[in-house]
Amino acid sequence: MTVMTYAEAGMTALAEEMRRDPLVWAVGEDLGRGGVFGQYKGLVEEFGPERISDAPISESAIMGASVGAAMAGTRPVVEMRFADFALCAVDELVNQAAKARYMLGGQTKVPMVIREPMGMWRSSAAQHSQSLESWYTHIPGLVVAVPSTPADNKGLLKAAIRADDPVVYFEHKNLWGMEGEVPDGDLLIPFGRARIEREGRDITIVSWSSQLHTASRASGILEKQDISAEVIDLRTLWPWDRDAVFASVEKTGRLLITHESVSVGGFGAEIAATVSEYLFKALKSPVRRRAAPRIPISYAPLLEDVVRVSEAQIVETVLEMMSS
Amino acid sequence: MLRLMQTIRRFEERASTDYVAGDIYGTVHCYIGEEAVAVGVCSALNRDDQIISTHRGHGHCIAKGADLNRMMAELYGRETGYCKGKGGSMHIADFDIGMLGANGIVAGGISIITGAGLAAQIEGKGRVAVSFFGDGASCAGPFHESLNIAAAWKLPMVYVCENNLWAVNTAASTTLAVQDVAARAAGYGIPGIVVDGNDIFAVHAATTEAVARARAGDGPTLIECKTYRHRRHTERPSQPDVRPQAEIDAWMKKDPIDRLVDHLQAQQGQLSVEEWQAMDAEILQQVEDSVSFAKASAFPSPDRVTDDVFAA
Ligand SMILES: Cc1ncc(C[n+]2csc(CCOP(=O)(O)OP(=O)(O)O)c2C)c(N)n1
Repeated sequence: MTVMTYAEAGMTALAEEMRRDPLVWAVGEDLGRGGVFGQYKGLVEEFGPERISDAPISESAIMGASVGAAMAGTRPVVEMRFADFALCAVDELVNQAAKARYMLGGQTKVPMVIREPMGMWRSSAAQHSQSLESWYTHIPGLVVAVPSTPADNKGLLKAAIRADDPVVYFEHKNLWGMEGEVPDGDLLIPFGRARIEREGRDITIVSWSSQLHTASRASGILEKQDISAEVIDLRTLWPWDRDAVFASVEKTGRLLITHESVSVGGFGAEIAATVSEYLFKALKSPVRRRAAPRIPISYAPLLEDVVRVSEAQIVETVLEMMSS
Repeated sequence: MLRLMQTIRRFEERASTDYVAGDIYGTVHCYIGEEAVAVGVCSALNRDDQIISTHRGHGHCIAKGADLNRMMAELYGRETGYCKGKGGSMHIADFDIGMLGANGIVAGGISIITGAGLAAQIEGKGRVAVSFFGDGASCAGPFHESLNIAAAWKLPMVYVCENNLWAVNTAASTTLAVQDVAARAAGYGIPGIVVDGNDIFAVHAATTEAVARARAGDGPTLIECKTYRHRRHTERPSQPDVRPQAEIDAWMKKDPIDRLVDHLQAQQGQLSVEEWQAMDAEILQQVEDSVSFAKASAFPSPDRVTDDVFAA
């Protein structure tokens, strides 16, 4: 075990995979200077500018060329800098990468990782704050990963690099500096395997990414009020760990899903619908969601806070659910 | 013109100080060192001509005639700001003066302003539209697609590339295979002109010609202004800057404001030392006033958060 930050864990994962497989390489803007958040620091020195490649501000060509390079046998790790900027390259990801294997009759594969730092961070306003992970869960062919801890960032990124399908990989900007223990060596976390952040009996709270920590803090507050919440970190949204969520809901009889992204059409809705379809009889109260309202993210901190789901809101919702 | 250039500089010096002090949030990108471009271009435009900006937008706003108070209030996140506190530095716009906005997406503005050029053509009132963007943005798809459309349709457009040699910490020389962004104009069949972007007279003259061409219905021009930002990419203290010191020093000597001041002072009676000092003092006072205005303004109330999501 080594204590390291979430950013260092991602860097370690990439460095280990690049040492293991000479066909793993990374591309994006400013990677040679360590990346915007320092998450590529030192890599160009070890691997050289061909494998830690600095690209022009040409997101669609970065993404499209990576799709081609993946089909041609390499394993690109594509850095999109902010999830918001990846929208400049959605055709290459959604129309091309996601569909190539299927549409071309299984003749090809697109083993690539698309890293998209997401989330609200330092009053960055509407074009630098979005959490768009739910969008990509709607697209057949894409894997969607949302790590919340340094260890998961290492283990999921390594697994993503080895995966033979495109993985949209969301790191949360709030988490870069978060420290935690990270297992040394080959840590590979399989997709679709949730992590129980905290065990409990009365209610199941499902979350991911940075919001998981808000949910976890809320469960600490609830504990003082004698409510025992089980907090589940999904880690990947597609595939998602239905078995873990079902097992927990069967035990607790209550389910709250909370995420930073917009509630409408969010992945919380998919989980709520699935649980309602299959576990209706086990439910003691209606499934609830706490997620952002459908409003662009503001610059002024007071307005930004309005769309942020706080632990107080989670506690409030849980108390309502417990009394219903 | 000197007054506007110095206003940009003083405004941003203050914005930087207040950003580091924590009174301004998000990110602030300073235009300092590139003032001759915005002012040289906008001084060749009419009020109803339209411009669009980038993430580095304060200079374009001020050059087009934006109000310092409302700009500073926006940086301070107040309800009296141009965007009611919802946008911040990277999104200031003033539609009354034809400033269609800064933009958080690199190259995001280029196609939008091309649409303003299309609207000007449809309306036929002789308006022109001007796109400001960087060397980095000239590598993005919207630049190429927009130039092609504007050229094919002979839109009344002027594309102004502010080539400051760097995109964040990536040198243009490593991401462009051409020396001059202006050379790309040939591929679209339009004039491409290189000017010294720190020479306000050169920028103004090139723009005047391009605007005349656009108004006459002869289509777009690409003007590349060679310039340099004096500061790091953003004002965040932890923002790294990998540019060689010798390069920075050399460009500091070509400061566009110093050059204009020297030029005016060399001409008898055009600008005395006292006049220049008095002008600067006035500008500093205006900036100070804008900060007072911002501080005296309220933060937007949380219940305003749903305003402007939709038409009603
Ligand atoms: C689509 C997109 N990609 C990347 C970024 C991050 N980014 C912000 S400014 C910038 C550099 C822009 O360089 P340039 O266009 O030359 O303008 P300059 O900053 O030099 O004025 C980058 C890469 C962004 N905001 N949008």
